[in-house]
Amino acid sequence: MLSVSENFPEYAVPGAKQVRFEPYADNGGSIVAIAGDDYAVIGADTRLSTGFSIYTREQKKLFKLSEGTVLGATGCWCDTLTLTRLLQARMQMYEHEHNKSMSTPAVAQMLSTMLYYKRFFPYYVSNILAGLDAEGKGCVYSYDPIGHCERSNYRAGGSAGAQLQPLLDNQIGLKNMQNVTVAPIPREKALALLKDVFISAAERDIYTGDSIYILIITANGIQEEKFELRKD
Amino acid sequence: MFRNQYDSDVTVWSPQGRLHQVEYAMEAVKLGSATVGLKNKQFAVLIALKRAVSELSAYQKKIIPIDDHIGISISGLTADARMLSRFMRTECLNHRYAHDAPMPVGRLIALVGNKMQICTQRYDKRPLGVGLLVAGYDDQGPHIYQTCPSANYFDCRAMAIGARSQSARTYLEKHLNTFVDCDLQELVAHGLRALRDTLPNEVDLNTKNVSIAIVGPKTSLQICEEAELTRFLSLVEGEERRGGGTATGDAGASGADRDPTGDERDPQVAVAMDTE
Repeated sequence: MLSVSENFPEYAVPGAKQVRFEPYADNGGSIVAIAGDDYAVIGADTRLSTGFSIYTREQKKLFKLSEGTVLGATGCWCDTLTLTRLLQARMQMYEHEHNKSMSTPAVAQMLSTMLYYKRFFPYYVSNILAGLDAEGKGCVYSYDPIGHCERSNYRAGGSAGAQLQPLLDNQIGLKNMQNVTVAPIPREKALALLKDVFISAAERDIYTGDSIYILIITANGIQEEKFELRKD
Repeated sequence: MFRNQYDSDVTVWSPQGRLHQVEYAMEAVKLGSATVGLKNKQFAVLIALKRAVSELSAYQKKIIPIDDHIGISISGLTADARMLSRFMRTECLNHRYAHDAPMPVGRLIALVGNKMQICTQRYDKRPLGVGLLVAGYDDQGPHIYQTCPSANYFDCRAMAIGARSQSARTYLEKHLNTFVDCDLQELVAHGLRALRDTLPNEVDLNTKNVSIAIVGPKTSLQICEEAELTRFLSLVEGEERRGGGTATGDAGASGADRDPTGDERDPQVAVAMDTE
């Protein structure tokens, strides 16, 4: 095999060698999702990277699971692919058994259990699920790699998540501001905010950039928009 | 069917070289209500006659979707059909997961055949008492397959199974060469006519007791809803039945369409099947 000490005795050194294989890779990417009264929007950038190199500038990170549910997933791309495929297979099984497609809250719970299933060798994926709940209101569910699930009105995840979440807290949640009334955010404002937020992310986070795809989920279905970002 | 000393176990051969238990299982398929499958150059179509156990209950579902490109129609023990359909669904899902492509129909049929064969060779199992008509579309085109409790499967251009299905097969054989060039509407009309020939006199095709499924190149498997059923049924409305009987009952109907045993009414069985 590739033994240095056997083939090149002059290079042999004393001591034990630790062989290591790192099962995870961080392929970067950011996701932002906002829920409104009758819509949900979710956007994710399209850059796939490793270290300081870029794999591709055109990788969609949003997965349309059904007519009313979208999953944004970043982190380790191999885990993302496997997780989304498994999710799609489980959702089709549900459709066969129950003769209807899975509601977003049902998918949210199932994803949580699927992630916890791999509690001791986790999917290294940052998930955000967006859709409409049973009453037609927008809902956003965010996850940690082992399945902690939380419903909220807005969430940023992925490599620039820590930079973007405070910005969303201020602009949507109206936190740390005086003399403001919390009001539901209209769709156009949410879209404009989403784009601004990603522009900021691309400025500071090297793993976020190139372009973003935005999916807008309403009772009429899902619309798609593409928006260009800095390429550096 | 006569009882003999070689038919108590599926693992016992008769001196004539037959497995009687397997043959008895094939009889179960003939107890289920009729179903017809046929295809043209692009589409594969399944048409099934549903039966209701009583006026109070719903009509038993005959067509089960397996995947976007495969559907089956069952005849015989519904419970056995459910097990098989669950197996077929998981195989298709696993294939999609692993290969990112729909499962080729022939390969699925081979897996089903292998699974059914196991039950014909173990002392602690019994053959599955259900026959399937499988309609599917893959990159080789449309397919119609028939499976039997004997674990045999056949690639067909058209087929009918179930009670009084010989009349339907006769119709299909007569018009076989026209199917390949039919359009979809004509194809379904042929299927409905074939199915109608299996009906007892008092019964006619209506949107409640007929089930139609279509699969094709850009068409995922769809089981037709009431509106579509009405449209298709209107294509064959008012036509003379080959057997000469009318929906209101005609005492002098010819015996040519009857089962050789002379059984006029649907067979009564104790085990839950898609019969009464």
